[in-house]
Amino acid sequence: MPPSSPPHLLLVEDNAGDVRLTKEALKDAEWDVELDIANDGEMALERLRTGPRPDLVLLDLNLPRCDGREVLEIVKVDPELCTIPIIVLTTSNSPQDIEACYARRANCYLVKPLDLDAFGELMRAIRAFWFGVVRLP
Amino acid sequence: MAAMRSRPVQILLVEDSPGDVRLTQEVLKDATIASELHVAGDGQEALELLRGDDGFSERPRPDLILLDLNLPRMNGHEVLRELRADPELCRIPVIMLTTSSSAADVESSYALGANCFITKPIDFGCFTEVVRAIEQFWLRIVCLPSTA
Repeated sequence: MPPSSPPHLLLVEDNAGDVRLTKEALKDAEWDVELDIANDGEMALERLRTGPRPDLVLLDLNLPRCDGREVLEIVKVDPELCTIPIIVLTTSNSPQDIEACYARRANCYLVKPLDLDAFGELMRAIRAFWFGVVRLP
Repeated sequence: MAAMRSRPVQILLVEDSPGDVRLTQEVLKDATIASELHVAGDGQEALELLRGDDGFSERPRPDLILLDLNLPRMNGHEVLRELRADPELCRIPVIMLTTSSSAADVESSYALGANCFITKPIDFGCFTEVVRAIEQFWLRIVCLPSTA
């Protein structure tokens, strides 16, 4: 698919350090995106309902107010929002979290790498697959 | 990164074209992550396999499903609807892999709970690339639910 305008990503992340790391990783992957940030689940829901529709959501799990599982639960049954692909991006690799996210229709579950090189690689992989192979809604 | 697995990744391919089945088998056989490909030729057969109605209930449940849309007996959307309504099967990631590129098919697939939608390239080489891309992303990077 030919690139047109940069894709719009919504990053749902409460940790400022992780937001910075994600931005660095995007830069490292030389991926030009329009990045919107929501610092908690409530804010994410508000952005999704009122803001421009993102092409993809990167969702952390442990968030203040409304956590990632609750965000999934709400978004994935909302007829207006349910088709937006949501990638869970979290430090947790517990089978319970993985199960719970797929049960709530996360589109895929990725473990957040701790170092920048690996994070950059992950961003490249997300870009190559979701914006190179997949047909988005 | 995905956790180390003790057994090959079980993949169910729901596909009625023997050519596409063979091609998918060949790509996965050469892949670095070990996988076992099970094939269902239509939607009804896929559900029977998944529910263990086929007499092979000892077979491990698939970790990933590759689902075509246009299938005999029961089409991909109907299969997807059944899977997502089944508490035992609803967590299995489903990748739509179809010749369709219609916006309506894309929308309805995501709405029914497909994890992603891929239009199957007609070109032989491009199809191989797509299967390789699925292997690289879903088998190497993604954490799949543990269905063992």
